[in-house]
Amino acid sequence: MEISVRALASELHGMFIGGFFLMAVFGVIVELFKSKYVKQPSELTARGQSLRSFYLFVTPALGWIAVLMGAYIVYPWYRAIPPAIVGSLAGYPQRLLLSRPGTSGWHRVGMEWKEHVGWFAPMAITMVAYVMTKQRLVMKKYPQIRTAVLVFALVALVSGGIAGFFGAMIDNHAPVKGGATIHLVSEGK
Amino acid sequence: MNAISSREAERDNSSAVDQLPNGPVAAAILSAGIGCCALGILAVIGDGSAAAARLLTFYLPTGPLSGVTTTAILVWLLSWLILARRWRSKTVAIAKVNTVAFALLGLSLLLTFPPFADLLLGK
Repeated sequence: MEISVRALASELHGMFIGGFFLMAVFGVIVELFKSKYVKQPSELTARGQSLRSFYLFVTPALGWIAVLMGAYIVYPWYRAIPPAIVGSLAGYPQRLLLSRPGTSGWHRVGMEWKEHVGWFAPMAITMVAYVMTKQRLVMKKYPQIRTAVLVFALVALVSGGIAGFFGAMIDNHAPVKGGATIHLVSEGK
Repeated sequence: MNAISSREAERDNSSAVDQLPNGPVAAAILSAGIGCCALGILAVIGDGSAAAARLLTFYLPTGPLSGVTTTAILVWLLSWLILARRWRSKTVAIAKVNTVAFALLGLSLLLTFPPFADLLLGK
């Protein structure tokens, strides 16, 4: 069982970090909904507060790692330009998608949208985490702030979801592969 | 005795909450909308002009996306810093701030959607 370095990085970016990010954002949304229906006063213990703060630090951190890894590690492999004469476009996912009318839309719409919209997620959830961590009392006082925070959290989930969906579809049609091979399990007879 | 002091503490706490300004939160909400909108506008500019795309290429392997996102993040953080300083101890009209932030967010989602951007650029 083996995997190429590029495929592993791509999976880490999308399935692992991106996937965990989406789950964490969903948790934030649940927490925001829940806080609307909690009887006051409802206070967490000191340990509960620190766990909550940790969760609200990790969530945007996952988002930032996912977009930075995507843009600066995986995306350059995706948009690599092949030499003038090349036998196969398998190592050049963007060119491979554009070479066929049936798949060019995955780049022209999918990747073009994903590469930009995905960045809304960490920006929006950073703001959400800041308000939930540092400005909790203000959020309690102004219900409109809770609404705004909830809308931004939903946008983070949707934009991250769009990026994740197109990432998976693009990887299905033209996977990023190449580089050194990592042997995960040695095959027996 | 304990019940009385606990009620007093609750009252003190609630009056402290009443005096909290919403400016810092409004600054965070509005700047998030500004940052997203900046990203949408820069994405369209980078897509529509070869000169702008070259200018926005901060890191060659990533292409214009590097400049689009880095600039948008700087716009976001800078606007957050400026607004947070201006509204540090103020209470602003949060409904208006929300409306503007949602409008910017909606516009930014539209601008990054390739068919809409192509329509704008006449492609």
